[in-house]
Amino acid sequence: MLKLLTAAPLLLLSVSVLAEPFPSTYAPLPSSPTLITGATILTGDGGRIDDGDLLISNGIVQWVGSGDVPANAQTIDAKGRWVTPGIIDVHSHLGVYASPDVHAHSDGNEATAPVTAEVWAEHSVWPQDPGFPRALAGGITTLQILPGSANLFGGRGVTLKNVPATTYQAMKFPEAPHGLKMACGENPKRVYGNRSKAPSTRMGNVAAYRAAWIKAQKYIDDWEAYEASDETDKKAPERNLELDTLAGALKGEIIVHMHCYRADEMMTILDMADEFGYKLGTFHHGVEAYKIADELAANGVCGALWADWWGFKMEAYDGIQENVALVDRPEGSCSIVHSDSDEGIQRLNQEAAKAMARGNAVGMDIAPERAIRWITSNPAKSLGIDAKTGTLATGKMADVVIWNQNPFSVYAKAEQVFIDGAMIFDRNNPELQPVTDFELGQLLEVAQ
Amino acid sequence: MKRLLSSIVLTALSLNAAAQDLLITNATLHTGENGEVIESADILIKDGEIEKISPRISANESITVIDAAGRHVTPAFFAGATVTGLSEVAAVREAVDSEYEDLFTDIMHPEFDIRPAYNPHTSVIPITRVEGFGYSLLTATRGDRSISGQGGLVRFDGGYDSFEGKPVIFVEVSGHAAGKTGGSRAVHWMLLKQAFGELQKGVELDLLSPIGRDQLRNATKNGVFVFNANRAADIMQVIKFAKTHNIKAVIHGGREAWLVADALAQANVPVMLNALDNLPADFDSLAARLDNAALLNKAGVRIMFTSGETHNARKVRQVAGSAVANGLPLEAAIAALTSVPADVFGARPRAAKRGAIADLVIWSGDPVEVTTLAQLVIMGGKIDSMESRQTKLRDRYLAIDPALPRAYLKP
Repeated sequence: MLKLLTAAPLLLLSVSVLAEPFPSTYAPLPSSPTLITGATILTGDGGRIDDGDLLISNGIVQWVGSGDVPANAQTIDAKGRWVTPGIIDVHSHLGVYASPDVHAHSDGNEATAPVTAEVWAEHSVWPQDPGFPRALAGGITTLQILPGSANLFGGRGVTLKNVPATTYQAMKFPEAPHGLKMACGENPKRVYGNRSKAPSTRMGNVAAYRAAWIKAQKYIDDWEAYEASDETDKKAPERNLELDTLAGALKGEIIVHMHCYRADEMMTILDMADEFGYKLGTFHHGVEAYKIADELAANGVCGALWADWWGFKMEAYDGIQENVALVDRPEGSCSIVHSDSDEGIQRLNQEAAKAMARGNAVGMDIAPERAIRWITSNPAKSLGIDAKTGTLATGKMADVVIWNQNPFSVYAKAEQVFIDGAMIFDRNNPELQPVTDFELGQLLEVAQ
Repeated sequence: MKRLLSSIVLTALSLNAAAQDLLITNATLHTGENGEVIESADILIKDGEIEKISPRISANESITVIDAAGRHVTPAFFAGATVTGLSEVAAVREAVDSEYEDLFTDIMHPEFDIRPAYNPHTSVIPITRVEGFGYSLLTATRGDRSISGQGGLVRFDGGYDSFEGKPVIFVEVSGHAAGKTGGSRAVHWMLLKQAFGELQKGVELDLLSPIGRDQLRNATKNGVFVFNANRAADIMQVIKFAKTHNIKAVIHGGREAWLVADALAQANVPVMLNALDNLPADFDSLAARLDNAALLNKAGVRIMFTSGETHNARKVRQVAGSAVANGLPLEAAIAALTSVPADVFGARPRAAKRGAIADLVIWSGDPVEVTTLAQLVIMGGKIDSMESRQTKLRDRYLAIDPALPRAYLKP
């Protein structure tokens, strides 16, 4: 009896990375069945339907093309307009580097030690960041908030539904895997090197990753040995938040998101993942990813990239505007356009448009239905939520954007945005345009 | 007559050719002035200048003819306020010359002129030029004093001395904008009033060196002062200060400028802005909005665009496109991208007309659309090679499975 009582809580601890502390309280906003008719539909998985219809109800996509329409469905005539899945940004710091960008809002880098796998970005997220509704107006329905790149292991990222809420828990994407933010190259070695601490070099970076993985492997071994033991007086290993996260990554329960610019460094990281037997999810920024596009595709690793940003530091010196298109080129690729910016997240469609145009200018013939994957299904895959969102397939979450025109344009505007079937933004209806507590009663609102 | 039908042929042929007589035929020409668009325009270029614009110009045998096939043609765009040629890699301190910090003197240095540090061979120039950009405002960036220094317009033709227009003094008046000003924006005004007071005969407060005093005095008569300010109240202070000291002022930033658009128009103070700024980035920008440019233009304020970027200054086109998407007339955006900065900072006129410098771009489509590309850039009558370090990297990695390592591919 005594044994049972002690074993039960310990069992919970041992699977702590699977259980969900700080659980999601997200609930979809009220919705009614909605039929969208006559649109150019980009389904997010490479498909395009001209003059197409789409039915969403009960929070999910019921059908695309044709099917039964419930009597109480509201119809939106989308003739001449375009419909896409909700846009997904795999790399945002909204809430953790919130607007206004004052020192008191600097909550994205726990830059006090190179390994801080124990911190969770969600504990820094300020839901009143005006960046959230601005991103919503750009069609963003899902986003991952990551810690910054000062540290080798920056901590856990969190995937959010972009709904207005008072708590981040009410935004938390139900059952989305956690992310682990790691960083290569200049940032960690600069931050700690400037303090005459390790790491101060790239080789120092790699040594410190490996040392941390070794600790995590031992932690897993200790817990497994403990669980396998049938001794009556067995003592559980001490629980460690940092190692919980690292162990979760090694076991594939937490997806590794690796900030890395240079091609050679990315290949080092892939070898390291092999050494420790974990799967790398996505390289973020990857300004030189085009140099190893085949290797990324062969390893099933995504590249989350910018359309054109370059030159801001040495490891970003070889940036080219064809990066996204070149990473997209091999069979089995997973090219993503990400923002890492409170401005870029408002127009990921334009960022994708620029990348598409650059690919096409060198003869790649990338159609909108292919390019839309870079900001819908591919980021959904990167976040481990592709079974739920990212495409307009039957049964998927009804995360949908209606655009005034072809979204691959500077003139494109998200007119209506749906999350789980609920219209939560309407450009033509001020009542469906959320305002954060921070902005309420401020100059912008008052002066208009 | 040598007739060339596509710009792709031209790129193979030209490689920074010498200035030559050119005839562009069948252009949709946005002149960049008075909202003018000339359909089916022929443009004759001689000695680096626009010689003639007419519906039909017949060419002699020796001239190179470029058939624009109805495509949009504009003067080369203004890349905004940048540190092009002063910063090869932004975070590499050894490669940046646009600012000074902790100088051993304790005074303001309006005579800190960044132009002698300009490197026309920076990789940034061809990278920016092939995107249709012909000139920029070379900026002394924010240091630790209220006056950052001086710069001016630079033309992206690769010359060592391609500076144009009036001396431009850069001034910070935003809160906490400069490290050595005590933490209050009121200190900026305190020090600026004292510094300008030193320009009066017999007043010696030693905030300036003798050379700084001479140059600042000269700038009050012949120069332009660019004030970095976003808050509406700060902008009103700039207008007042400019009037008191009878100087030409320009607002850089101007996120809340729309709130005081009428005052700006009345004082004839132009605004250089980033039309993507719509967040309360700080407490000076609570009223930032996407239609700032449209509202200012409507009130009669002259506007220009900047992106806050140097390496990615080509983003200015997207900035302008966003302004158009939010209510600014397209031709007002083209003027802001071409003729207005030259006019404000006293350079040779950029609007496409007889006698103007032949810095022109043929675009694949709407010049402010993100999917449009510059197809051909002409600078002073020279056809650009349309190559840059980035196009070479691209071509090296575009090749599939080369037999030898890519280091042997030298496009």
